[in-house]
Amino acid sequence: MTIDLKTTSIEPLRKTFDHIAEKIGPDKAATRYQEAVWGLQPIVNQHYRPTWDPAKTLYDTSRTAVVMEDFDDLIDPRQYYYGTWTIQRGKQQDSQEKNFNFVESRGLLTGMESAWKDKIRRLIVPLRHVAWGANTNNSYIAAYGFGGPVCSAAAFQMMDHLGIAQYITRTGLILAENDPKALDDAKALWMSDEMWQPMRALVEEAMVTKDWFELHVLQNFLIDGTVHPLVFGKFDALVTQHGGAAYSMMNEFTIEWFAEASRWVDAVIKRAAQESEANKTHIEGWIAKWIPRVQGALKPLSDVAFDGEGDGAIEEVVDHLMTRAGKIGLDL
Amino acid sequence: MADNVFLALQNNSEAQPIIEAILEDNPGAVANESPGMVKINCPGRLVVRRETVEEKMGRKFDLQEIHINLISLGGNIDEDDDELVIAWNT
Repeated sequence: MTIDLKTTSIEPLRKTFDHIAEKIGPDKAATRYQEAVWGLQPIVNQHYRPTWDPAKTLYDTSRTAVVMEDFDDLIDPRQYYYGTWTIQRGKQQDSQEKNFNFVESRGLLTGMESAWKDKIRRLIVPLRHVAWGANTNNSYIAAYGFGGPVCSAAAFQMMDHLGIAQYITRTGLILAENDPKALDDAKALWMSDEMWQPMRALVEEAMVTKDWFELHVLQNFLIDGTVHPLVFGKFDALVTQHGGAAYSMMNEFTIEWFAEASRWVDAVIKRAAQESEANKTHIEGWIAKWIPRVQGALKPLSDVAFDGEGDGAIEEVVDHLMTRAGKIGLDL
Repeated sequence: MADNVFLALQNNSEAQPIIEAILEDNPGAVANESPGMVKINCPGRLVVRRETVEEKMGRKFDLQEIHINLISLGGNIDEDDDELVIAWNT
């Protein structure tokens, strides 16, 4: 007797949820990312206006000057939803933790010249307050933004910045052999040292910027887009050249993160600018409005990093940022 | 159809972007869905490009990762870091 094995293929009636099929067509298989972020935004049945802003509904598209036919189009090229994001960050956390332990257990920073240690104390440790500002600002975008994709990605960006603030703190503590006074000193610099005041003013003004897309451009494109290449790119390379490779190890996550997060920042701005000429004009206007302030805030930091010759470094960093802006279709 | 090369992948969410990338990069490729599996036939030559897969996946992709979901293939292989090419050596 022979037995014939037969397979029967069963075509599913639906490949995905109806609201996803409306966007990608009924025959395409949706990605988990699409299913995770699209259609999350409540848009109807908002019966009561918020007491804190009765001119608008609870979720309102008019909290930014940017107009989108569908805010769900502002997708994240990294395709992060809670699952993928936590898995990725979990891996990076393990690796970062190993780096800290390696540097600390072998006392790799003890041999560093005190002049460089002092520079890191003045320039890097107070950056934890800048990172915390970025955390607060992205929290605002997640809260007042519109559409699942951009709000969830902003919430990830918010937590990423909190992580960076904590890593900077760890670096500061390791440098000071775990004396917590190092953090008080950094706070004192942040609050009253001349070199930090323009940056503090900028971060605080960002915190009261009401238009969430303008804040995205200011915080995630302009501030991150210049501070990170200057401090974790150029200054980091300089420290490495002067026997500080161990210091650079502690920045592994921050450097990797910046390259990755920039892809999201650029994609969101690019898509919004593509939507309409009006959006593009708004975005270009915000960049033109804030870039001199950002440059001004970087100047004293860059001067400390590069011994009074910070202008060249700022110019390079800003040039690079403008190239990024050009690539995403902005004319500046 | 001696000229056909093929690649069979598990039909799951991890392989989905790879399948999409292959279909985009190889205009002649035809995907046949069976239960749990997608078999892609292509006349002559089939290429899996790392860059396209990365774009679909939204993250870095090592071409060796394809083996996690690869069931079978037919053809001679030529692979480097950027491309995996399946064709018949004559």
